[in-house]
Amino acid sequence: MVEVKDLTKSFEGRTVLNDVSAVFETGKTNLIIGRSGSGKTVLIKNIIGLIRPDSGNIFYDGRDLLKMNKHELNMLRREMGMLFQGSALFDSMTVLENVMFPLDMFSSDTVKDRKKRARFCLDRVNLSEAGNLYPSEISGGMMKRAAIARAIALNPQYLFCDEPNSGLDPKTSLVIDDLIHDITHEYNITTVINTHDMNSVMNIGENIIFIKEGIKEWQGTKEEVITSNNQALNDFIFASDLFRKVRKVELHEQEAEKKK
Amino acid sequence: MGEYTLLMKKSIAIPDRWNMFFKQLIKEIYKLGVDSLWIVIIISVFIGTVIAIQISLNISSPLIPKFTIGYTTREIILLEFSSSIMCLILAGKVGSNITSEIGTMRVTEQIDAMEIMGVNSANFLIMPKMVGLMMFIPVLVIFSMFTGILGGIAASHFVDGMTPYSFEYGLQFYFNEFYVWYSIIKSIIYAFIISSIASYFGYNVKGGALDVGKASTNAVVMSSIMILLADVVLTQLMLT
Repeated sequence: MVEVKDLTKSFEGRTVLNDVSAVFETGKTNLIIGRSGSGKTVLIKNIIGLIRPDSGNIFYDGRDLLKMNKHELNMLRREMGMLFQGSALFDSMTVLENVMFPLDMFSSDTVKDRKKRARFCLDRVNLSEAGNLYPSEISGGMMKRAAIARAIALNPQYLFCDEPNSGLDPKTSLVIDDLIHDITHEYNITTVINTHDMNSVMNIGENIIFIKEGIKEWQGTKEEVITSNNQALNDFIFASDLFRKVRKVELHEQEAEKKK
Repeated sequence: MGEYTLLMKKSIAIPDRWNMFFKQLIKEIYKLGVDSLWIVIIISVFIGTVIAIQISLNISSPLIPKFTIGYTTREIILLEFSSSIMCLILAGKVGSNITSEIGTMRVTEQIDAMEIMGVNSANFLIMPKMVGLMMFIPVLVIFSMFTGILGGIAASHFVDGMTPYSFEYGLQFYFNEFYVWYSIIKSIIYAFIISSIASYFGYNVKGGALDVGKASTNAVVMSSIMILLADVVLTQLMLT
């Protein structure tokens, strides 16, 4: 479980995060949603320790990130996996070498075992055929899958994903969403996903945190999104005609079930 | 300056994994050093030839012996060309390569990815480049000296106003072995300047592709200035 308490962060006098508190539960896909510039990325960067907050606390299963020394922070980071918006695969390495990289750096296994583990991770994301290709030779969706394979190579306890579906077509986005969801349940990890993809919200949103102008505006599940009366949330989620129609149908079905 | 020092402190540390360091080191020696061999050889041969021709044209007095051409060509190549001028050229080739590589890794979040894994990205990326270039640059300098002098010898065969015999006599006349060491020592220091400054500019890029290009240019300019400055200081320290 990852918990943030009263997190505040400002840049040059502009408050980007204001007293944000939230709990990201283990074994669930926790989504941070909000408009562009609402502070989602700053929140996730604070959580993973790339940015230091002005005030507040970040707990990883009770361990305070901000009170850790360099060694403790490095040890904690080995329990983390991160999927970046642009995949962040190393250009100079093949897909297999990319997945092997964290193992090469931190695992004491033999080269044979490390290769076996990397191939298993690639297999898990259905990418076993691309091991010898370079990132520039594969598609955006394959890059995301390779990045997921790399992120899970060291059996992380915490998985962070920054806009995992950006730049992907809807069908590939669903594949990535399902993959992240399945991995989260399979390995019982705490997954935090930063997204503004409404399909992801409806598909895998088990714990959703809505950020508006640096403030936590709402928290709930994908089912609760439909029935929520929060105006800001509704304006954001149901901005398109399609989702307004989806909501209408969902509410209608829920009413019909109640009457039964 | 403070940021540069902090980055160097972060870079010059015991690697997390020695086998990964050596793997990177071999890659960097090949990419930064071996790949520069051809440009060094081509430039040195032509400049060696041109130096010999220019001196031959400018020293036409019967009072100055012909072997002066070979002697002067050797001194220019050994003392200044193969170390300082060659490193200025390498600052452009190798420096921009380092900055653009690290800068691209920065803007595409590859460095962040390493940091999140708990890898000391500065140490993993920068130290092999610095060590690799510092290890291989003496080889480039020696190749430059050798091929530069060969260019001069070639000129003595084909250009009027000098003879191969007098040129070769001049090459051996009052030879001071220390000048070779002086050149090699200078080049190792220049290699550190090129790799560390280029890495610093690359590592601290903010923005996108355009900023990587700007950082690359700034790195080359700054390395060149620092090389020239170091040249003055080292010459004063080692030759006077």
